[in-house]
Amino acid sequence: MTEWLPSGQSSTLEGTTMTRTPPTVLAEADPDADSTLERSVRQARRRRRFWLWTARIGFAVFIVGGWQLFTAQGWVDKFFYGQPSLIWKSLVHLFTKGTAFGSIWDDITVTLEEAVYGFFLGTGVGVIFGLLLGQNRFLADVLSPYIKIVNAVPRIILGGIFVVAFGFGMFPKILLAAVLVFFIVFFNAFQGVREVNPNLVANVKVLGASPLQVARHVTIPSALTWIIASLHTAFGFAIIGALVQEILGSTRGMGLIISQAIGRLDPNTVFAGMTIMAVITLVAEFLITLLEKRVLAWRPPSHSESAGI
Amino acid sequence: MALPRRKHAHTTSAAESLVSAPASIEVTALTKRFLTPAGAPFTALKNVSFTVEPGQFCAIVGPTGCGKSTTLGQISGLDRPSAGTVRVAGREVRGVTEGVSFMFQADALFPWKTVLANVMTGPTLNGTAKKDAVALARDWLRRVGLAGFEDRYPHQLSGGMRKRVAMAAALINSPRILLMDEPFGALDVQTKAIMQTELLGLWEQLRPSVLFITHDLDEAVALADRVLVMTSSPGSIKESFEIDLPRPRGDVQEIRHDARFLEIQSRIWASLKDEVQRAYARTAGAA
Repeated sequence: MTEWLPSGQSSTLEGTTMTRTPPTVLAEADPDADSTLERSVRQARRRRRFWLWTARIGFAVFIVGGWQLFTAQGWVDKFFYGQPSLIWKSLVHLFTKGTAFGSIWDDITVTLEEAVYGFFLGTGVGVIFGLLLGQNRFLADVLSPYIKIVNAVPRIILGGIFVVAFGFGMFPKILLAAVLVFFIVFFNAFQGVREVNPNLVANVKVLGASPLQVARHVTIPSALTWIIASLHTAFGFAIIGALVQEILGSTRGMGLIISQAIGRLDPNTVFAGMTIMAVITLVAEFLITLLEKRVLAWRPPSHSESAGI
Repeated sequence: MALPRRKHAHTTSAAESLVSAPASIEVTALTKRFLTPAGAPFTALKNVSFTVEPGQFCAIVGPTGCGKSTTLGQISGLDRPSAGTVRVAGREVRGVTEGVSFMFQADALFPWKTVLANVMTGPTLNGTAKKDAVALARDWLRRVGLAGFEDRYPHQLSGGMRKRVAMAAALINSPRILLMDEPFGALDVQTKAIMQTELLGLWEQLRPSVLFITHDLDEAVALADRVLVMTSSPGSIKESFEIDLPRPRGDVQEIRHDARFLEIQSRIWASLKDEVQRAYARTAGAA
């Protein structure tokens, strides 16, 4: 049909037919396409979730199973590296028979108390210092070299000093946990104050806000995003602080159980203690995430998604 | 010039001036110099003088980086002049000026506060009782057409809605002076026109003195009683144009086709064009 027409005419003819047909096709398929699209997207999501969990569980089975297999076969010596089934037995033993010092729950409670007190102490002091120094440039410049120096001191040595100075009680554990937490929270709070939107500050100042009101309405809520983000890591460090100090010298606590197991060359109990502490940290992490969701409900969803990992 | 100002200062008692009587702004020989981060001295404003009558809507247009925003900082009292004086309602500005509201190009809403709490901020800082502040904020949200959005957070609103919240937050304290720094600069063209019309409506009800900074000349002519043209840096006032378009001006979209509007617009553009080209040549040369 197009052969005998001049090329220009043929293209316009085709052009008009082309533009007229697609809308009708679309209009007919539209409602249908919507629901099929929805269905297929939901299906794809479900499929993804299924494979995700299959892969996750598969990974755990591969690692733990491989460990069990290698030690059972004698390719790796379970005397040095432990064995999953023996770790399980040791866990059961710890919870049913307790330790040389009594119930395992007492040790968990002691360590947890030290970590939680240290966490709160470190967070409180860290937030206060962060807010103060973040707002006062002069104070920040005066203190910053000292903060850097203290931050550069290896914590394990600090722990040694604490044993010498404060003995085997709870206090040095709380202190070491607090020191570890302090620096994380402090630097975040400090940065949070520095990142405050200057427009917001100008806005409330023009409305007649006092320095305290500026802090209450702008600085603190703005820095809270940073502070809460730091709490995730901070709690893990509080546990580390308590454990390390216990290993350095104590009369109760999970750190003592672990250090004694190391002394007995009993890797299974070490791993069992590790597992207990990991579970506790994960629960605490979950609680902090809940807190974060409540306090930071105002944030656009994209932010909290990235914090999910 | 000095006489009516002084009279004004005397007739308004301190209590009255706190409320909402619009205030005059007098800027005299204002110069602002500062050091750039590299350490070189930079004159942002040089010998700037102008007066905004009480209740007048004054727009400042000028090329990018001519010190328009710096001027606002001086008037609000957040920043101090290097030389010259700024007087608001006849009194020299020392410290933060009372009865001023700000509106910025970027959102200056609190992202962690709901829409209602955002609008309430002004009265709360004023010491208004919470119950009254809530009632006032609800009334203002209704005025800007956002009734029913009280519990949303800013990120859940569109750009135009956020601007309306900012307008309500800026006007709720019945400011004597409204300082606007390219408030609609980041909006799309249609939303911008709607916001301009709404701003005019609200302004005609309250009549604060307005200093409106923009680089959109059409916007300046459509909204203002007077348009000041600034030179490229160092910024100074080049020319002042009275805009005698009748008020109420109604729809900003339609006034743009008015013959008188076009005439004024082209006259101001003739003055502004040189400055824009000069500023552009400078940045192009630097790049």
